Amino acid sequence: MTTHSAPVPVGGPLLNKTTVIAGLLVMLMAAILLYRFIFGLGAVTNLSDGYPWGIWIVVDVMIGSAFACGGFSVAMLVYLFNRGEYHPLVRPALLASLLGYTLAGAGVIFDLGRWWNVWNMYWPWSANPNSVMFEVAVCITLYIFVMWIEFSPVVLEQFGLRDAKKKVTKYMFFIIALGTLLPMMHQSSLGTLWVVLGGQVAPLWQTPAVPALFLLTAIIMGYAVVLFESCLASSAYRRSIEMNILTPMAKVMLGIVAVYLVVRLGDVTVRGVLGDAFKPNLNALMFWLETACFVVPFFIIGTEVQRRNPARLFVAGILLMLGGSLLRLNGFLIGYDTGPGFSYFPSLSEILVTAGMFATEVLLYIVVTRRFPVLPREAAHS
Amino acid sequence: MTTRRDFLKGALAGTAIVSAGATPVQARETHTRPPEGLGLLYDATLCVGCKACVAACKEANGNPPVFSTVDPLWDTPLDTNGHTFNIIKMYRNGTMETKDAEQNGYSFMKVSCMHCADPSCVSACPVSAMTKDPVTGVVGYDPGKCIGCRYCVAACPFGIPKYQFDDPFGRIGKCELCRHRHKDGHYSACAEVCPTGATLFGRTEDLLAEAKRRLALKPGTTTTYPRGRLRHAQEKALQGQPEGKGAMQRHGWRDEPDQSYEGPVGNYIQHVYGEKEYGGTQVLKLSAVNFEKVGMPNLPPNSSAATSETIQHSLYGGLIMPIAVLGALTFVAKRNVKPDDGEEG
Repeated sequence: MTTHSAPVPVGGPLLNKTTVIAGLLVMLMAAILLYRFIFGLGAVTNLSDGYPWGIWIVVDVMIGSAFACGGFSVAMLVYLFNRGEYHPLVRPALLASLLGYTLAGAGVIFDLGRWWNVWNMYWPWSANPNSVMFEVAVCITLYIFVMWIEFSPVVLEQFGLRDAKKKVTKYMFFIIALGTLLPMMHQSSLGTLWVVLGGQVAPLWQTPAVPALFLLTAIIMGYAVVLFESCLASSAYRRSIEMNILTPMAKVMLGIVAVYLVVRLGDVTVRGVLGDAFKPNLNALMFWLETACFVVPFFIIGTEVQRRNPARLFVAGILLMLGGSLLRLNGFLIGYDTGPGFSYFPSLSEILVTAGMFATEVLLYIVVTRRFPVLPREAAHS
Repeated sequence: MTTRRDFLKGALAGTAIVSAGATPVQARETHTRPPEGLGLLYDATLCVGCKACVAACKEANGNPPVFSTVDPLWDTPLDTNGHTFNIIKMYRNGTMETKDAEQNGYSFMKVSCMHCADPSCVSACPVSAMTKDPVTGVVGYDPGKCIGCRYCVAACPFGIPKYQFDDPFGRIGKCELCRHRHKDGHYSACAEVCPTGATLFGRTEDLLAEAKRRLALKPGTTTTYPRGRLRHAQEKALQGQPEGKGAMQRHGWRDEPDQSYEGPVGNYIQHVYGEKEYGGTQVLKLSAVNFEKVGMPNLPPNSSAATSETIQHSLYGGLIMPIAVLGALTFVAKRNVKPDDGEEG
């Protein structure tokens, strides 16, 4: 049933308008980070003791890693539900995940106030298995290694190392299983992180069900990112869009969104805090914005005909990426209140570093897809 | 296509293993105070707002002054911060005529680490830099382990651990009950210097008994207030016996003369703050003004650390669930990843 063609490098120049702009953003980020490491976090960020985590954590790490769930979401479809027809999506999604997670890992280091002590995270005598962050950190580190192994056949293939590739592929089933388990673990735990914050997180978000909310939205965002990237890559590289795959995948995604909405609204109702959503305040507004991002896609790509329209898939993808992002932003920053006297809005430097992180990912994605066999061969597609 | 059925079979098997493994996992109960735990009792009705405790804390912990005024003349922090572990805050209302009155009055409140029975910061810290001493219950900090992630800062319901954002090598700053001075027989500097005994050091169990004694008194009557350190029952039994060289060995603390004095009983709110909040704290507070109005959060009797750890351990306890799921996933993946499949991805 695997009649799809083998992936090939896209080829073409590495220097163009997109890569130059991305390169400039990356250099700007490097300069700000240099300043940050010399003068401390306070010199470049608007962080305070009331808002000890800003966009470097919530956007670059929490949202960034959820955007990087495409590889895991697609692999689950292909290898667990044995839907081989989605196979052409595996490599591009895996590449985006690999880059996203590696950058999220780097983003953590930029934000750590005492980064030179980070080895304690992996030092058994320092480990605290009660800590949610300990689980998240160890699990993400392991997952980055697992994804590099998952992706290694691409690199080995390009350099003609057939024997090495054969050895890796022999055990690939286990790596794929591990590569599905690990994101399930840490994506849910990224949500559990705010449980210990207790009443400081508004009741619309503070719930013991948060691991389920984060896991479901991570999977949804994974599919949404694949829709977004497929449409973008097709238009940028002037390739035909793999609508025969994206249309059914969008249906799977909508099914998970429906499950999510039941869990989300059910949880808010059961805990008796639905009333908070009807108070005239920012939290209520943000709650509805977040919820709308998950509901509106049903009106955009609810029917089979609508799902055959790439523009509609693109917009629905963006909305779901936004919805998942809002869930994370709302719980960690907007619905987080440590008491009077504190407020947070990111500084220009913080925003530029976040922009630089996404630019790095775009830059690397272009370089790798142009030089390594990631995207499916164009001619074989119909 | 039989594969979907295979997947379901695998998933069912996995679920069976998971539920078998998950049943023994129990909810993690909120921890209680260690019996010999040390703490402070702050009585807002005795506090005169002199801030001798703030100055003594700075000195004892080697902290620099922090300025909030245009001219940096003397230490004027507005809140606890990376270099200020203890501060006296003020509640003001209307004309501010009467001390300890909610209407047209004012009151003081000491803000410093509560040394929770079940601290959120200790549960949050991924590298065990924040720990709770099993005997004294002091929540201590080890900068040699700390990675500066500031999860403790985010987690604490009292906003106590603070990070030194101004320093590229910044640490977390918080009250450690002057544990570095205990070996010399010194106790918390804030209590040592407090002229009215508004901040009293001692075993939390003794402090709690003392707090309840005060709540039971009739407002306006006269009673005796200890100062500095509250001697516990055992020590009191030894009173009148020759003290001297052996005193420190016997009690652990430096010998000092009894400094208790007579004073009027305050118009207390009938609540010992810290007795039950989050499973109890080792620092206790008494006030005549509503605790929320003087900045103490209204907390449930169960700690958020217990909720968080219950979730964590239900999912990951003994790694039973992850291993079971991994087994199921490997089983399914082995069937579905074709020999040539790896070639492609």
